[in-house]
Amino acid sequence: MKKLSLLFSSICLVLVTASLSLAAGTIKIGGLFAVTGPASFLGEPEKKTLELLVKEANAKGGINGVKLEAVIYDTGGDATKAVQLATKLIKDDKVSVIIGPSTTGESMAVIPVVEKEKVPLISCAAGIKITDPAKHWVFKTPANDHVAAEKILNYMAAKKQKSFALLTVTDGFGASGREQIKALAKQKGFTVVADEVYGPKDTDMTAQLTKIRGIKPDAIICWGTNPGPAVITKNVKQLGIKTPLYMSHGVASKKYIELAGADSAEGVMLPAGKLAVYDALPKNDVQKSLLKSYDQSYKKAYGVEASTFGGYAYDAFLLATNAIKKSGSTPDLIRAGIERTSKLVSISGVFNMSAKDHNGLDLSAFEMVKVVKGDWALIK
Amino acid sequence: MQFDQILQYSLSGLSTGAIYALIGIGFSIIYNATGIINFAQGEFVMLGGLVTLSCLELLQLPLWAAIPCAVAVCTVIGVLFERLAIRPLRQPTPINLVIITIGGSILIRGLAMLVWGKDTHAIPPFSGDTPIAIGGATILPQHLWILAITLIIIIFNKLYFYHTISGKAMRACSYNRRAAGLVGIDVRRMVLFSFIISSAMGAVAGIIVAPLTMTAYDVGVMLGLKGFCAAIIGGMSSGISTVIGGLLLGILESLGAGLISSGYKDAIAFIILLLILFLRPQGLFGKADSERV
Repeated sequence: MKKLSLLFSSICLVLVTASLSLAAGTIKIGGLFAVTGPASFLGEPEKKTLELLVKEANAKGGINGVKLEAVIYDTGGDATKAVQLATKLIKDDKVSVIIGPSTTGESMAVIPVVEKEKVPLISCAAGIKITDPAKHWVFKTPANDHVAAEKILNYMAAKKQKSFALLTVTDGFGASGREQIKALAKQKGFTVVADEVYGPKDTDMTAQLTKIRGIKPDAIICWGTNPGPAVITKNVKQLGIKTPLYMSHGVASKKYIELAGADSAEGVMLPAGKLAVYDALPKNDVQKSLLKSYDQSYKKAYGVEASTFGGYAYDAFLLATNAIKKSGSTPDLIRAGIERTSKLVSISGVFNMSAKDHNGLDLSAFEMVKVVKGDWALIK
Repeated sequence: MQFDQILQYSLSGLSTGAIYALIGIGFSIIYNATGIINFAQGEFVMLGGLVTLSCLELLQLPLWAAIPCAVAVCTVIGVLFERLAIRPLRQPTPINLVIITIGGSILIRGLAMLVWGKDTHAIPPFSGDTPIAIGGATILPQHLWILAITLIIIIFNKLYFYHTISGKAMRACSYNRRAAGLVGIDVRRMVLFSFIISSAMGAVAGIIVAPLTMTAYDVGVMLGLKGFCAAIIGGMSSGISTVIGGLLLGILESLGAGLISSGYKDAIAFIILLLILFLRPQGLFGKADSERV
């Protein structure tokens, strides 16, 4: 019995020392992404991007000579699971910073955990509630939805389009977009003449569009992620509607044009993150070379185009490593470092954090683009 | 409310309804031959679209060759499904079989996700996408394809079930399996036939709608449910009542979205389903104990 307990304690000792030595040798970055489940279109590119970046950073000798280690878990888009995994990352894996989760619901659920355990969280979800009001340990990289909405409304104001019909998807993205567009429209003096919705899996929206056609608005704003907006674009063409059609930044990828068909999508306008249109950016744009190198290395590693969503994880990684370089690698120093971020050129935009602004992006994060002959063109 | 709006709602509803009808008939054929609801029916709709896509892109086949090719592949998958999952069952109680079909549908969906990824894919329309004006409303050439192909399939169905030996044998199974077996009909073979027909029909439905609705590994769930609704409204008949059920569902959805609120579009379908199940479980047109084929 004595022998056994001796053996047991020595094993424990070995394990503890082993983990200590590991911890000293690397900086651990936790990742919480919805790699599977309904939000997998977000989580998958995010996970791949983080893995790619950690590999690249280690190949260059790590950050300040210390290697990085990514511990990534799949939340399946489930808030309960996200909370459990966040606790696991903090208590068992002892990570210094957490990147993710992918969706707003999960991020909101994880916030109390990181606030209590004092570990910085850089969310990859767009919901405005995550950083408004700002929470001590919580940051996020995607620009707020209302920034994209504002970009559209500013453009419409310039074109003297005063009334519009709203067509939004009945999921979290659509519902939050719908709320914010309506609030902004009120502020800026637009009239919302129709407020229609559609389901994420709907296959025909001609009914809603026929109704909108009867009302004759100056413009139509559609807020959703593929495939709905592609179906709507086809339906608009079918019904012969000539009203200008605006989409959200949620479809700012070539995939959308491919699905809707170049013919139907011709003339559709939307606010896009610069990644989608980096080819069309002027040479002196500060983000251009970074966007290009991200897209190319992603394509080389995974064979597909880099997406805006993967870009969110890129931003988070850059924010974290930038803070580690400048401040240090304990959770507390990383947090302080991220909050001091200024003029950090990344994928989603140029980040300028402050104690009050834990997102750090403004209207310049988006460009208004138009589909011309099956490709994006900047609108001047 | 202008006339052309109502016309547009009805036309849109008709074409969506035709798709529901095709899927619904697939449900009822298997139900009639085996007494089970094949919840994997929607997955064959998904497979039809995605296999066509692979035939077009990987094998570089022209569209007219890709379609029969895809239908054949899906039929083989349907046969395999029946052979490997349905037939080996020792005690084929309906509840066991239904659960197996649900399991099968999850498996097929998962495999499709691995093969084709999670992205949505588009298939080119059969004959262009120049809208056709009818009165004040417009439809696409693809809608005409859908209506025409649905019509042809229904006519073939009718001919098969009423004018061929195996069709009559299948009907016999639906009336009374035991008696059918006693007069020398191979009931198991009829079950296999029913899977062949319904998986092929599901695939055709998936192929003809894919240019309009696009396709992805998970489109089968919602289309399957709507098809199931159509079959319930039609009282699980594999004839004209399921077709009317599907068209009715499509038109009500479209009118509901247009005239009441688009937020309740899916709710309308499922409220109808529940009402029918509560009030007329034999279907809208069925007598309490009518023939089901």
